[in-house]
Amino acid sequence: MKYSFIVFLIFVSYAFAQPEIPKLKMWATDLTNTLTKSELDRLNSRLKTYQDTTSNQILVLMIPSLEGYPIEMLAEETATKNKIGTAKNDNGILLIIAKDDRELRIEAGYGLEGALPDAVASSIIRNVIRPKFRNEDYYGGVSEGVNAIISAIGGEYTADESDEDSGFPFIIFVIILIVIFLFLKSGGPFVPGGVYRTSTRSGGWSSGSSSWGGGSGWSGGGGGFSGGGGSFGGGGASGSW
Amino acid sequence: MKNKGMMIGCAIGAVVLLAVGMLVAWGVSSYNNMISLDQEVIKQWSQVENQYQRRADLIPNLVNTVKGYADFEKEVLTQVTEARSRVSQFNITPEVLNDPQAFAKFQSLQGELSGALSRLLVTVENYPQLKANENFLQLQAQLEGTENRISVERKKFNEVVQSYNTTIKRLPASMLAGMFGFGEKQYFKAIQGSDTPPKVEF
Repeated sequence: MKYSFIVFLIFVSYAFAQPEIPKLKMWATDLTNTLTKSELDRLNSRLKTYQDTTSNQILVLMIPSLEGYPIEMLAEETATKNKIGTAKNDNGILLIIAKDDRELRIEAGYGLEGALPDAVASSIIRNVIRPKFRNEDYYGGVSEGVNAIISAIGGEYTADESDEDSGFPFIIFVIILIVIFLFLKSGGPFVPGGVYRTSTRSGGWSSGSSSWGGGSGWSGGGGGFSGGGGSFGGGGASGSW
Repeated sequence: MKNKGMMIGCAIGAVVLLAVGMLVAWGVSSYNNMISLDQEVIKQWSQVENQYQRRADLIPNLVNTVKGYADFEKEVLTQVTEARSRVSQFNITPEVLNDPQAFAKFQSLQGELSGALSRLLVTVENYPQLKANENFLQLQAQLEGTENRISVERKKFNEVVQSYNTTIKRLPASMLAGMFGFGEKQYFKAIQGSDTPPKVEF
C-alpha cells in the first residue's frame, strides 16, 4: 500500500502544503519528548565522535506527526536543507521517525547509497528498529539502528581529508590577506584597501551554531551540529511499525 | 573648427565603441549563462534517466521472484513485462527534451510501467508467503527506493528546467536565445488517469 502511495506522490508532489522543515542543531533531536536527556546526550556524543573520525554525518530526528505529508519528501527536504554530509562526499544520513504516524525512514546521501543500499536500509528498519519500536523501546531502536547503519557504512570515508571547509581553504585566504596587506604597506599598486577588510571567507559554513538546547540540552562540549553541504537524491528506505 | 569637429567625432566614436563593447560583453555573458543552464538541464536529465534505467533493470529479478509463487496472477506479471519492453524500446536522447510529443510519449510509457508495477505490488498483498520472503522484501525495498529517487530527480529536473526556461524567455536575453537556437525544454507534468494506482478487489 505504501508503494502505491509513492507512485501517487510522484505525480502530485506539488499539491501538498509544505510543512515547516526543522532546523537541526544537534545530531539527535527529539521533538516528541520521548527520549530522556541522558539518552539524547549519549546519542549526540556518539554521533559527534563518529563524525569527527569519519566525516560521515548521521542525524536522528523524531517528530510527533507528518500531518499528512509523505515521509519520503519530508526526509529528503530536511536532509537537503540541513546540508547533512560533506559537500565533497555527500556522506550524510538522516534517520527520521514520525512517532504518532508510526512511520520511519532512513535517508542516505548520494555518497552513501553504495555503502547503504536501499535493501540494507530496509532490512535495518524491519529487523533492527521495528521490533524495538513495537515494544515501545524507542531509545533501543534508535541506538541499535544507528549502530547497524554505522556498521553497514563501515570505512566508507575517513575524516583526515580536511573537507570541513570544502571550497576555499581558509589558510590560503589568510596568506593572501597578509600578502595584500604587505603590498599596501609598501605602497604597491593596489587599489582600495577597504575591500579586503570587509570581505568574508568564501564557502564558509562556519556559522558555528553555538546553540545549547533546542530541546536537546546537550553538554558534551565542542559545539552543535552544522551541515557540510551534502546532497540527497532520495536514497534509503521507509518503513512502519 | 576642424579640431572641434574631430573631437566631437572622436567622442561619438568612443561612446559608440563603448556601447558596442558593453553589448558584446553582455551577449557573451548571457550566452555563457544559457549554455551552462543548458548543460545543467542535460546533466539532471541523465540523473532522471539513470533512475528509470535502474528501475527497468530491477524488473526481471522481481518478475522471476514473484513467478515462483505458482498461483500468482499471470496477467499482472505480463502487463509489467510488456510495459517494461515498451519503455526500453523507446529511444531516449537529450533531443527528447526539446520535443513536446516525444517527451509526452516518454512520460506516458514510464507512467504505464509505474501503473503496472504498482498493480503488481498491490496484488502481492494477497500473498502472505511472498511478503515474508526476504528476497522479495529486498527487491521491494529497492524498487520503492528507485521510485522515490525518480520522484526526487524529477523534481530537481523540473527546477533546473524552470530556471532555464525563465532565462531564455525573459527579455532581452530571449532575443539572443532565439538567435542561437535555445528552445524551450519540457517539464514532467502530472498525468491524470494513466499513472494513478488501481484499486484492488479482494
